[in-house]
Amino acid sequence: MTSAWETVIGLETHVQLQTASKIFSGAATAFGAQPNTQASVVDLALPGVLPVLNAGAVECAVRLGIAVGGTIAPRSVFARKNYFYPDLPKGYQISQYEIPVVQGGSLGFAVAPRDGEPYFKTVRLTRAHLEEDAGKSLHEDYRGMSGIDLNRAGTPLLEVVTEPDMRSSAEAVAYARTLHALVVWLGVCDGNMQEGSFRCDANVSVRPAGSQVFGTRVEIKNLNSFRFLQQAIEHEVRRQIERIEDGGRIVQETRLYDPDRDETRSMRSKEDAADYRYFPDPDLLPLQITPAFIAGVQAALPELPGAMRERFVRDFGLPAQDAAALTGSRALATYFEQVAGAVADRKAAANWVLGEVSAALNAAGLDAAQCPVPATELAVLISRVGDGTINLKTAKELFALLWSGETHSVDAVIDARGLRQISDTGAIERVVDEVLAANPAIVAEFRGGKEKAFQSLVGQAMKATKGKANPQQLNEVLRRKLA
Amino acid sequence: MSLKLADVHRIALLARIEITDAQAQESADQLNDILAMIERISRVDTTDVAPMSHPLDGVQRLRPDAVTEQPDRERTMVNAPEQQDGLFLVPRVVE
Amino acid sequence: MSATPKPADLAHASLAQLGGLLDRREVSAVELATHFLGRIERHRNINAFLDVRPEVTLAQARQADARRAQGETGPLLGVPIAHKDVFVTRDWATTASSRILEGYISPFDATVVESLAQAGMVCLGKLNCDEFAMGSSNENSAYGKVLNPWDHGAVPGGSSGGSAAAVAARLAPIASATDTGGSIREPAAFSGITGTKPTYGRPSRWGMVAFASSLDTAGLLTIDAQDCALAFNAMLGFDPKDSTSVDRPREDYTRALDIDLKGLRIGVPTEFFAAGLEPEVEAAVRAALREYKDMGATLVDVALPNAALGIPVYYVVASAEASSNLSRFDGVRFGLRAKQYDDLLDMMRKTRAQGFGAEVKRRILVGTYVLSHGYYDAYFLQASRVRRVIANEFQQAFSQCDIIAGPVTSGVAFGFGEKSADPVAMYLADLYTVPSSLAGIPAMSIPCGFGRLGRPIGLQLMANHFDEARMLGVAHRYQAVTDWHTRVPAGY
Repeated sequence: MTSAWETVIGLETHVQLQTASKIFSGAATAFGAQPNTQASVVDLALPGVLPVLNAGAVECAVRLGIAVGGTIAPRSVFARKNYFYPDLPKGYQISQYEIPVVQGGSLGFAVAPRDGEPYFKTVRLTRAHLEEDAGKSLHEDYRGMSGIDLNRAGTPLLEVVTEPDMRSSAEAVAYARTLHALVVWLGVCDGNMQEGSFRCDANVSVRPAGSQVFGTRVEIKNLNSFRFLQQAIEHEVRRQIERIEDGGRIVQETRLYDPDRDETRSMRSKEDAADYRYFPDPDLLPLQITPAFIAGVQAALPELPGAMRERFVRDFGLPAQDAAALTGSRALATYFEQVAGAVADRKAAANWVLGEVSAALNAAGLDAAQCPVPATELAVLISRVGDGTINLKTAKELFALLWSGETHSVDAVIDARGLRQISDTGAIERVVDEVLAANPAIVAEFRGGKEKAFQSLVGQAMKATKGKANPQQLNEVLRRKLA
Repeated sequence: MSLKLADVHRIALLARIEITDAQAQESADQLNDILAMIERISRVDTTDVAPMSHPLDGVQRLRPDAVTEQPDRERTMVNAPEQQDGLFLVPRVVE
Repeated sequence: MSATPKPADLAHASLAQLGGLLDRREVSAVELATHFLGRIERHRNINAFLDVRPEVTLAQARQADARRAQGETGPLLGVPIAHKDVFVTRDWATTASSRILEGYISPFDATVVESLAQAGMVCLGKLNCDEFAMGSSNENSAYGKVLNPWDHGAVPGGSSGGSAAAVAARLAPIASATDTGGSIREPAAFSGITGTKPTYGRPSRWGMVAFASSLDTAGLLTIDAQDCALAFNAMLGFDPKDSTSVDRPREDYTRALDIDLKGLRIGVPTEFFAAGLEPEVEAAVRAALREYKDMGATLVDVALPNAALGIPVYYVVASAEASSNLSRFDGVRFGLRAKQYDDLLDMMRKTRAQGFGAEVKRRILVGTYVLSHGYYDAYFLQASRVRRVIANEFQQAFSQCDIIAGPVTSGVAFGFGEKSADPVAMYLADLYTVPSSLAGIPAMSIPCGFGRLGRPIGLQLMANHFDEARMLGVAHRYQAVTDWHTRVPAGY
């Protein structure tokens, strides 16, 4: 479907770094503390305080920079972004302006549009820079006033900026999800969007299809869910197109998305707000990052999801789709690898991890790292199905026992409860003979052409063996005897 | 380059300092004198001279990532003009 | 080793002498504190002090005596000091001489205050200064001007006018201060005492109310160079809370006090003896240089071709940094908040209009302008480049000499109101001090004579980075053969 209009989107994402302390002070960054109990004198900007840079924040920045294939600046500079706001204690934000810590890089990902075939897209990154977060304004009525909590002030942020490479809300959301998964994978961010750990600003403009000139862009701020990101972009695109088609002009401005009304509205900002008067922060010296430092971070970097996906396909022969699903989280991928390493049938391992294990984790609201079934035990379970000791149905029952903790050893339970499947042809033949003899009517129905009758006979035979008959063998024997 | 009244008002707004027209006029005169004095720096040829942000060369020291402060709100907020429930109170913030 | 003869009045004793008296148990810290508190009270008219709390001072004195009783020693143990009101203190208010910080109580002490307290110094109170350290006459304080003890019709200098007046009047044997463009050296010269600014980054800036971050340097007003060296031993050192603090081992700044001047090359900048320098100042400074020659030093002409541009560079850089540093005074978390306002924006604008004095507002406006869109390159960036040109010229000069000497000010202390009407005229008073501030090198002022109306004249010495010990030695040798530094104004 072609449109007269092309959408152009760039994203700026504020990633809250998962450090213990603030970027410039030793106060804690933990979410949910009592107001201003995690705001040190530095965070409050009391007279006489000074910033000192957190090594952990730098490490996080370098980790992400390497992961996106960006260039780590050997020397980057902190700059003051000057503006007044009650949640900005110093009256300026310490950020990076001319020389950021990471330059360039890109992120590649699959896009599955509502209408059309899935495709691969690469978005170029302009830069990523370190800066500090502001505090929070609480708008509950305090005798007609707002309450300011500065616990969040000084939390380290990495602002990741893309080139205006995205052309649809689907691409924007896919990019955001990919970046989100990556920062969580790297251990750089906890990814908790409800707590504000990952916030997107979207720069949206439209232009006539085929045009090489960019239209006027509008910034939509503080989108903290993928759904809002998608809705806000789509609303804004519609708004801009309608306005232009009505003969109006787009004003470059900042807007907020109101999810209740599904609309963007202009922020009440002053005309002068844009002059931030950036200059190098004289309280901080240039940040030097040596090749040795980068090498150290690189060496400690976990295998990246893309590389792991390729390896699963290449070494385990898994389909790309499975590999992608298994690398959704580092914990899941690690779990899977442990299982796959201990079984012969890697596809079976993938099926179990993506099937039973994922379902159980989701239902219990657990992360793969918290899976109560040890990978080694699951491997045993899978192997017992593979070698014919038990059938799949039995295996699923055993999985439930392992999950609940009722049992800890697959082999012990198989022996204790006599769960070995019956693969002895003689025994199966005897059971089949008995079932056929006991159910002449159903046999007649089958011979009359009703395929369903076969399943009924299978069911009876299974019941007679207390579910332990080897299903393939049972099928084979039954077919033979009915032929 | 000479500052007009409107320029002074704009700068004063950026700096969040209330200023009357009379004050702005006086400021404009004084600021123009100061700027005239400052103007002399444009005569220096600074091609190939790197700007100096710090008088001594050095690179930023890094602090280990550890929690070293447990702020005592009683002490840090003792000078607050208005507070309630551990929050600093300000006139309503409108977004 | 002492360059100052033992006086009759305890208050006229140098810090070194007081240390000796305390050490020999001839006087106690409590007796000293009481004595100085009495003088402070008697001389309230010069308005050097802003916050005096005798009970707190005496409690510190008792503690010092207790420490001595337990066997502790040290040249600073029990010696009184007063702190410029830009150093935050837990036990006294800190106002930076501004209405916007009236009554502010800091939850922590500045590192400089803490270091000297750890060495046993007893704090007499907080000293008046120009508001937020911006000024050259202490006429910009929200709490009234300070009188020059040598001539009550003259300014004591600024911004550390209270610190200088207090030491000149012997209300304290030593006072802490800060120097951003000359704020220690100029008041030292005007008030006839020794004022020393170390290398930038050598003393910690933690707890110093920030004016211009890349220039602000803590220092001392003292009776002589030896006293300064003794206190520097406790005051100068690496502080991990300050990113610009220099990580260098501690030093003994008294180690070169008796330096041999033979062969010492003293650089005399041609540009510092040009038009604008009052003849009586030039005469006194040149006489001092001759004194050095007599002691064996060699005088060498050096060039600082762009030194005159130091003033405009300084007023761009310092104002820009200040405009940003003072943004935190917004009525939200501490300090003054306007009583009436329409909304949040109005609250901030009125708070700052009411809380800041005229000079502070002026510099904030200049600073905001030179950083603003479209002007940054021509002003701030260019000034930062010229700054490096000036700093390089000092390095060039130091390749030809060991110490640079010259005037501190173009004339003796001026009268109240003489320059306050014309901001630019006031700024030009910093001509000789600003270039060394931009370069971050240590510099000091020592008394070298008197001019008209009996007002003091100062000699400036400058050294290269981290060469404080030698600079203090060069000063000490002069003070060993002259007595300007021992003079106390009549009535004090």
